[in-house]
Amino acid sequence: MSIWITQIFNGLSLGSILLIISLGLAFTFGLMKIINMAHGEFIMIGAYVTFVFQKYLAASLGGVDLGIWFLLSIPAAFLVAGLLGILLEKGLIRFLYGRPLDTLLATWGVGLILQQAARSIFGAANVNVSSPGWLNGGLAVLDATLPYKRLFIIALVIIAIAIIYIFLYRSTNGRRIRAVMQNREMASALGVPSETVDALTFGLGSGLAGLAGCVLTLIGPIGPSIGTNYIVDAFLVVVLGGSGGFAGTILAAPLIGIANTVLEFSTTASLAKVLVFVLIILFLQWRPTGILAQRGR
Amino acid sequence: MKNIQTKARNYVQAWGPIILVALILFAAPVFLTDFRLTLLGKFLTYAIAAMGMVLIWGFGGMLSLGQGLFFGLGAYALAMYLKLESAHGRLPDFMVWSGLDTLPWFWAPFQSPVFAIAMVLVIPTLVAAVLGFFVFRSRIQGVYFSIITQAMTLLVSILLVGQQPYTGGTNGLTDLGTIFGYSLANPQTKTALYFATVICLIVVYIGCRQLTSSRFGRLLVAMRDDESRVRFLGYDPVIIKTITFAISAMICGIAGALYVPQVGIISPSTLGVVFSIEIVIWAAVGGRATLIGAIVGAILVNWGRSTFSEKNPNEWQYFMGLLFILVVLVFPNGVVGTLQTGVDRLKEKFGKTNTTPLDSPAAPES
Repeated sequence: MSIWITQIFNGLSLGSILLIISLGLAFTFGLMKIINMAHGEFIMIGAYVTFVFQKYLAASLGGVDLGIWFLLSIPAAFLVAGLLGILLEKGLIRFLYGRPLDTLLATWGVGLILQQAARSIFGAANVNVSSPGWLNGGLAVLDATLPYKRLFIIALVIIAIAIIYIFLYRSTNGRRIRAVMQNREMASALGVPSETVDALTFGLGSGLAGLAGCVLTLIGPIGPSIGTNYIVDAFLVVVLGGSGGFAGTILAAPLIGIANTVLEFSTTASLAKVLVFVLIILFLQWRPTGILAQRGR
Repeated sequence: MKNIQTKARNYVQAWGPIILVALILFAAPVFLTDFRLTLLGKFLTYAIAAMGMVLIWGFGGMLSLGQGLFFGLGAYALAMYLKLESAHGRLPDFMVWSGLDTLPWFWAPFQSPVFAIAMVLVIPTLVAAVLGFFVFRSRIQGVYFSIITQAMTLLVSILLVGQQPYTGGTNGLTDLGTIFGYSLANPQTKTALYFATVICLIVVYIGCRQLTSSRFGRLLVAMRDDESRVRFLGYDPVIIKTITFAISAMICGIAGALYVPQVGIISPSTLGVVFSIEIVIWAAVGGRATLIGAIVGAILVNWGRSTFSEKNPNEWQYFMGLLFILVVLVFPNGVVGTLQTGVDRLKEKFGKTNTTPLDSPAAPES
């Protein structure tokens, strides 16, 4: 029993990380119909922002154990990755609209450059970020132990989703994003500045990747290619979730997370990935547009 | 009379470039050292893979990020035979290290070279056909197709690494010594393999040429430009796409099989996600919708890499990244495509009639 609780819990925690990564992808895909292959590198940027915070700020903010540096690094990772995302949109992607496959290639190039830059700055080896002291240990449920770190990640992701929801459905900019997503021409005709909305959305998506990078430092060592470990799974979440809105993504991420961990436990790590992939392909035979598809307008 | 002249000119325009390339490649052994020749032979296998890419991406409009996988499947199929041949009837070394006592059942038939060569052709084709059929049937298109093929590639490389006793794990299949009884280290074997690669390159080129200028090829281009239109005309895009995907996979499998004996090793990193997307960039640099461009692009990029990255590997990564960006932003038609438009413009200026070679329909609007 305890083993299954642990497995499902680990799946939820992996799923919540996948969710925050793939939400960013789903934003840019839903809005601009492009796939940002450099998305994984924004995860890496977020992770290194946290690393830098620990290295240079932890001492003056009451030490590593107190963790004020970590709480500060969460918004910082979001902002740094988000601003770089806006820069990427303004400097490159906006010239490639309407050419999704070309955008895919160009952003892959950006990813290569960012990875190499990280290698030049921080070295090719992985580095460790020690977590704040209050995140060590775990909560005992029945006879299983749920680590505080993973509980923290799940809680943080839930808070992030809540903020995104309020932003999208209760603020002017959020309403603009949804309007452009549903019908770009009509939104532009009604005075929504669609170019600004594009940059804003891209920044938001990249920022979420940065946030994911920040929490990944809790789970293990980080390195220049940390993003590539998660990015393909995140793509699959977007494919499975469907391009209509975010509910599909929110459903698909924990599903893939749990399927991965449970199957990995029952078989082997490599076989589990294959099984999940086959299940996704089979699911798409039944519902080609993913769990929740966008209704035509 | 004039008709014959035009015909002759069209003929030269259509076949001139490949005849030129063939002459250069056949003469290359005279000018190059053994080391450089093997290197060129390796690049030519890449060029074959790039032609498979042009077929599916340039003509079919489907950006497959799984071509490296098919390259790898072809390579592994032949490498399994080579490994068994080098083991001289004993169990291959990595199986002994992983504690296997007997040859696994799916390894046994690979003792026959004929079976291995058949599998080089069959396995990639079959994998692509099955995946393609299911993916195209549920009308997965555009970037979705790219993502799915990429995921597939990642999975197979994970699987190859994970199943160490059966696949050699991260190291792959190493110490391949002989092919059909001839030592791979022997310069004569190397030259023979080089010529075999050149011949395959030309055969694949001619095959793709015939295919793309046939009725099927026109249908493929029509479908790239507007799939719904082709469907409403009564054709089945699923079949057209699946066949194209399978053929391009077979071409990449052939390339992989030619790669293995020349390099002497195959490992999961050779067929991974990164390699797959590099095949795309070779095709893009040469000109995504020209077969000759694929050859030019593959040789150009890899030659650049081997001369440049010997000294500064770090800078090469930056350059490669920049190449991806520049080739879509500034030269979407690639080297050959840009040259062609240049020539066409010159012709227009001097008032000559503009005959577009069959080889190059306009580049897709991605």
